[in-house]
Amino acid sequence: MQFFGGSEISPSPPTPAATGAGNNAHMIYLFNRNGVCLLYREWNRPLHTLNPQQDHKLMFGLLFSLKSLAAKMDPTSADKGNLGVPQLPGQGCSFHSFRTNTYKLSFMETPSGIKFILVTNPRTGDLRETLKYIYNLYVEYVAKNPLYSPGTPIR
Amino acid sequence: MAAIYSLYIINKSGGLIFYKDYGSKGRMDTNDSLRVASLWHSMHAISQQLSPTTGCTGIELLEADTFDLHCFQSLTGTKFFVVCEPGTQNMEALLKVVYELYTDYVLKNPFYEMEMPIRCELFDINLTQAIQKDRVALLGR
Repeated sequence: MQFFGGSEISPSPPTPAATGAGNNAHMIYLFNRNGVCLLYREWNRPLHTLNPQQDHKLMFGLLFSLKSLAAKMDPTSADKGNLGVPQLPGQGCSFHSFRTNTYKLSFMETPSGIKFILVTNPRTGDLRETLKYIYNLYVEYVAKNPLYSPGTPIR
Repeated sequence: MAAIYSLYIINKSGGLIFYKDYGSKGRMDTNDSLRVASLWHSMHAISQQLSPTTGCTGIELLEADTFDLHCFQSLTGTKFFVVCEPGTQNMEALLKVVYELYTDYVLKNPFYEMEMPIRCELFDINLTQAIQKDRVALLGR
């Protein structure tokens, strides 16, 4: 996956295609490669099934296993390792979104293992550009911040 | 040339009861297909827990770089999922057709035991016909 070379951030996020009125995201999660939740914001979440700690762990676990499943089911690769083997961030085929009847989850993983997750309404289009934009913001304001220590939640 | 790589049917408890691959790309050996099926069953259940609103019935579509996975869950908990090329159309309709064939040729078969692997010849024949028809329709477009 070619990662954006330039360090300029576009002044406004790219408008996602085919969105209805009120395309507001439900939640956003950011995880590092060890499963530490660096950021969690919710804007519209009527239902809370679990307490926040468990929710983060479950989300991370789900995505980890889905990535492993996608790598295993990949029709183009020569046979990859077994299902339990942890995949390096760039290696193998990775999924980029899944949709249920009540929400759509978009996922992006950077080569350094930072995972960006956006939960939106099911009618949302392809959010990969939006996630890349958010990654750019992360790089500019978090990674380049001298007072930020990696692996801790973002303030 | 096939747009569909493979088809799986899993029972209420997550066990694989039917697996068919179309072409060498979808092929997976028996143990792996069993593992993948159980893994999918669990992922489907977990995704319902993480929903921000009530009424979630699980993952319907998983999009990856090189394939798409469409899943249909019947009211009884039996899941039908198909792995296909990215952007393949009409997979939901195909899954509904497979569900109809399942009810006609598997459930109405007096020798078929519930939740056991499917070994019904008529089901296989009609399934192949349905996939062929779908393939022709896709290519004809």
